Amino acid sequence: MKIKDIIELLDAENLTPELDLEQELHSACGSDMMSDVLAYVKDQAVLLTGLNNPQVIRTADMMDMLCVVYVRGKRPDALSLKIANEKGICVLTTERALFTCCGILYDNGLRGA
Amino acid sequence: MEPIKFNYTVPGDDFTRAGEASADLKNKLKKMGITGAPVRNISIALYEGEINLAIHAGGGEITALVYPEKVELFLDDNGPGIADINLALQEGYSSATDEVRSLGFGAGMGLPNMKKYADEFHIESQVGEGTHIKMVVNL
Ligand SMILES: Nc1ncnc2c1ncn2[C@@H]1O[C@H](COP(=O)(O)OP(=O)(O)OP(=O)(O)O)[C@@H](O)[C@H]1O
Ligand SMILES: [Mg+2]
Repeated sequence: MKIKDIIELLDAENLTPELDLEQELHSACGSDMMSDVLAYVKDQAVLLTGLNNPQVIRTADMMDMLCVVYVRGKRPDALSLKIANEKGICVLTTERALFTCCGILYDNGLRGA
Repeated sequence: MEPIKFNYTVPGDDFTRAGEASADLKNKLKKMGITGAPVRNISIALYEGEINLAIHAGGGEITALVYPEKVELFLDDNGPGIADINLALQEGYSSATDEVRSLGFGAGMGLPNMKKYADEFHIESQVGEGTHIKMVVNL
């Protein structure tokens, strides 16, 4: 799956239009607790979350993730977007809920840790 | 050989800045040609420690010593200290407030994660004095 496929599948809006949407992704995780995300490194490329503060992007950066999806219409603040652009982490936002997003992506081949 | 040294001060009053030190060190290591799993392990272990400095200790100091074969990480604070270190090291134990939880932390996984991702982990803490952590990650 590519980031551009996630945009389509989740009806998501891309908030970092300058970044590459062609990178291949195989694994994802969904959580609002960042230490839980940090506990299981398995080359996850995508983080889905309802949490909205700069630590979300920091966590994704520490994990070498490529894409963060904010669910339920959350929109990250300017600092989050600035860090994401610097680090090359693609940021998407979707109106759908976390459980629904995870289900759709799993159905289409993404796997968890 | 003399190690290359990096120092950071972690503020205790601005949670949005927690993680800056870890991100900066990660960048520096990459520029020094250090890549892959060790960098990720260093980044995650230090980031957890940095978050703890910001939310539990009112800020603190980070020192990183980069040797050819290993990186040593020191986290020092003058915060409230930890009364029961064995309890604090258990997965799931957290004294975090609801406010901290609403920020996405307080799962009680930070210290266990640090232990897991570092090759060596030492912690000393005294109530009312502060907490000192040393971690070593082999390159
Ligand atoms: N530097 C510190 N100073 C004082 N207390 C600390 C410090 N670091 C950790 N603690 C105590 O140890 C507990 C466990 O820390 P740990 O990092 O494992 O979990 P947490 O920070 O509560 O949650 P998480 O790391 O999952 O977000 C904390 O809740 C806190 O009570
Ligand atoms: Mg912690």
